[in-house]
Amino acid sequence: MKEKRELTCIGCPMGCQITVVLKDGLVTDVSGNTCKIGDTYAREEVTNPRRTVTSILKVVDGELPVVSVKTGETVPKDRIFAVMEEINSISVEAPVSIGQVLIENVADTGVSVVATREIKKV
Amino acid sequence: MIRKSLVIIGGGPAGMAAALGAVENGLAPDEILILERDKRLGGILNQCIHNGFGLHTFKEELTGPEYAARYEAQIKAKKISYKLGTMVMSIRDGEEKEIIAMNGQEGILEIYAKAVILAMGCRERPRGALNIPGYRPAGIFSAGTAQYYVNMEGKLPGKEVVILGSGDIGLIMAHRMTLEGAKVKAVAELMPYSGGLKRNIVQCLQDFDIPLLLSHTVVDIHGKERVEGVTIAKVDEKSAPIPGTEKYYSCDTLLLSCGLIPENELSLGCGITLSPVTGGPVVNESLETNIPGVFACGNVLHVHDLVDFVSGEAKEAGERSAEYVRNLSAPEAEEGIPVLAENGVRYTVPATIRTQHMKESQTIRFRVGKEYRGVKVCVYLDNTLLRSIPKRTMAPGEMEKVVLLKKDLADRNVKSIRITVEE
Repeated sequence: MKEKRELTCIGCPMGCQITVVLKDGLVTDVSGNTCKIGDTYAREEVTNPRRTVTSILKVVDGELPVVSVKTGETVPKDRIFAVMEEINSISVEAPVSIGQVLIENVADTGVSVVATREIKKV
Repeated sequence: MIRKSLVIIGGGPAGMAAALGAVENGLAPDEILILERDKRLGGILNQCIHNGFGLHTFKEELTGPEYAARYEAQIKAKKISYKLGTMVMSIRDGEEKEIIAMNGQEGILEIYAKAVILAMGCRERPRGALNIPGYRPAGIFSAGTAQYYVNMEGKLPGKEVVILGSGDIGLIMAHRMTLEGAKVKAVAELMPYSGGLKRNIVQCLQDFDIPLLLSHTVVDIHGKERVEGVTIAKVDEKSAPIPGTEKYYSCDTLLLSCGLIPENELSLGCGITLSPVTGGPVVNESLETNIPGVFACGNVLHVHDLVDFVSGEAKEAGERSAEYVRNLSAPEAEEGIPVLAENGVRYTVPATIRTQHMKESQTIRFRVGKEYRGVKVCVYLDNTLLRSIPKRTMAPGEMEKVVLLKKDLADRNVKSIRITVEE
């Protein structure tokens, strides 16, 4: 069975309109994207949608009470809230350096949560 | 008293990129001073913890704090001086530019500079400017204020949220507050289209089934001590609420994401001409305002969608300011050729081009007034069509650009450059 799906690429803020053609659940054509990211996004979005999660994590004795974090890679879309739950369940001690791994294998996704800001100890 | 070649007002993405641009073009780092009112460099990027920054500048996807940290590292590596917690009170033009600033440690500072770059950014349109009736209970925040509470202080401003306006910060906060456990009931947008980026509609609203109500607005706010709910109604083509379409949404929080306004009180104070369309200074090809030696870049000039473009524009302003300092004694350049925004194009930056000062290629950035599909952007030199660029889609929420080459204008006595949208 042939199916056509219209997507808006979230690979970057350009937001290209992409058309994906699927045949029996397999991607046969991707068009409308202007770069490789769009092609990858479109193929993944129709089969196994994934997102980067960005949030904050509690810090003890830091210049700010929280440190901004992100998942080092994308996680399955249906695991976003599981990832959030784990991020919200822990706190770390300052100092925190940018890029520091704060949680490994978050919510069994195989992906790490890393700090996106430096937090000095006060 | 402090004397510098270049003073940059604002240490956000624009101010930092401008400083680096000036150094790259030959200005000594110790001849530059950045004045920043916050406790840290980075400006609004500090609270924009989401990703999507840097794809153009660094060819990788970064979050706001990471993008800011990369620039801050360069500022420190080049030993460009900056003062934090320092508020600029006034700028005055004269033989030199006089900048009055103050901070808690040094008191009032009198600073003299040959050139000034305005990089103060923008602020959010507040409730007072929106004419929404109702009481003034707690629980009404601009989306950016809520973003600060959530991302910098770790505090959730409410549990049941309605958002008025679909600007990017509003969409991003719909996403953020949902992740943090709040229920976002709806995003109401007065216009028939969203003012935000398409990717944000997808990953902030559609991913979480948050309804986007186009051509809707908040007509009443309920609650006396704390917001208890809002009434949302559909609007007609003239943005007037249609009687009978009112619907009540119970909520404890209303976020406003109704547009950004370049922050130009300092500019007005020193006699800089502002564009009534952008709210930012009217600039020439060098991003120089009507006051020679005062340049503008970033969101204080016109509100951008992408920080990458802010950085690019600001770098250029920095380079041009270095040239200005170097050639201070050079004679005044010729009058610029006006760049006219016509037929669907709302404004252009720059608004004039002096061919003598033009680089090999000149980017002209602009926004359109409504959504378009399958149209062309046309560039005319007087009445002669120079270039026509096909566009699949264009929207007011997305900044567009065309590039003009120096050779396009060579040997032609051009009186005006016109940018238009055509079928």
